[in-house]
Amino acid sequence: MKSFEFFEPTTLAEASRLFAEEHAQLLAGGTDLVIGMKALTETPQSVISLQKIPGLTGITTEADNSISIGAMTKVREVELSADILQHHTALAEGAAEIGSIQIRNLATVGGNIAHASPAADTVAGLLVADAQVHIASADGERTVPINELFTGPGETVLTPGEIITRFRLPSPASGSHYIKHKIREVMDLAFIGVAAAINMDNGTIAEARIGLAAVAPTPIRATEAEELLKGNAPTPALLEQAGEAAAAASSPISDLRCSAEHRREMVDVLTRRTLEQASERASG
Amino acid sequence: MAKLPVSLTINGDEHDLLIEPRKTLLAVLRDTIGLTGTKEGCSTGDCGACTVIVDGKAVTSCMVLGVTASGKEITTIEGLAGDGELHPVQQAFIETGGYQCGFCTPGFIMASKALIDENPDRTEEEFRHALGGNICRCTGYTKILEAVLKAAEEIRTTT
Repeated sequence: MKSFEFFEPTTLAEASRLFAEEHAQLLAGGTDLVIGMKALTETPQSVISLQKIPGLTGITTEADNSISIGAMTKVREVELSADILQHHTALAEGAAEIGSIQIRNLATVGGNIAHASPAADTVAGLLVADAQVHIASADGERTVPINELFTGPGETVLTPGEIITRFRLPSPASGSHYIKHKIREVMDLAFIGVAAAINMDNGTIAEARIGLAAVAPTPIRATEAEELLKGNAPTPALLEQAGEAAAAASSPISDLRCSAEHRREMVDVLTRRTLEQASERASG
Repeated sequence: MAKLPVSLTINGDEHDLLIEPRKTLLAVLRDTIGLTGTKEGCSTGDCGACTVIVDGKAVTSCMVLGVTASGKEITTIEGLAGDGELHPVQQAFIETGGYQCGFCTPGFIMASKALIDENPDRTEEEFRHALGGNICRCTGYTKILEAVLKAAEEIRTTT
């Protein structure tokens, strides 16, 4: 690991000022950055730890039923939170898919998102929760919907000095689910991640959101599939159509892990399965 | 690069150290303190050999910068036995033969201890899944699982 200067600011303003400098990196849980620094794929001149800044951790339910998750909240806490499990099941299931327990005790949800891997396990759950990303900088605060955060693999709309502070999950869906396509039971990266969230109204789907990970340069919503579902009963034929629409929305690559053809085929299958489970939970 | 003052509580003892920011907690434990029970395996967080307990949570110490552990309580394999008696998890690993070369053993014991502290009522399948971040290249895991279940049973019935 190359040497670097280490900072542990206690305010967001100070952290943002330091982070706006060239060759600066934020340190959250460290599970990506420390490994990257060892491999010399990351060679920052300054590392700014966020752990001493108050107010960045914890999961709180607001009066309007929205849930706020601090960016420095450990993914293990997200996975075990009763509120997340109940209202945003897909997100809890995604958090539980990351690495090992030892890694989830370190890794943060903010880090998982800011790293901007298209395969991040919390991203599909946040997409279907319609999460608002709260961002702070020395100039103030702004909010970006999570489906507008990513611009490419490892790339976001965040500008130098901007720091994700929390995620606001506005409206709990009545049923959601996440499926990770993988080989190993744990300690694997997603070949594909699919999340679905559904609200039912008298046997028909009132609202549906589908989030896809690892099948495009950024995580995406399958909006055409969502439109197909709205106002209809979740019949096998309809869910099959939705699966095909989701596969059509994907633009996967072939890599060491599997081929683009396999990924596209599996988006179809897994979207259908995810929707089945989500609509069952929404009806129950 | 300048060393920074760091205060670590390791196995109940306070250590005031000056360490380089780029040193991992694993390196601080092994090279600075001399506690070599914690092992360096893959050094990428995949194998679990470096597992220690920080503020009650099992973590892979190869992914933690030592400077960020300042003020925290760290337990390593050296801190488990007390008053000349092995911890029930250590005892169970010996009694079932839950090791061969022994390199992964400290990591498995620390991860198992944290799991049992959190919930000793896990099923074998749940323990197996929860220990997925620890790799053993000798045993095939059967004896390790036996040890963990035996320790969990022991801790359940005596506390």
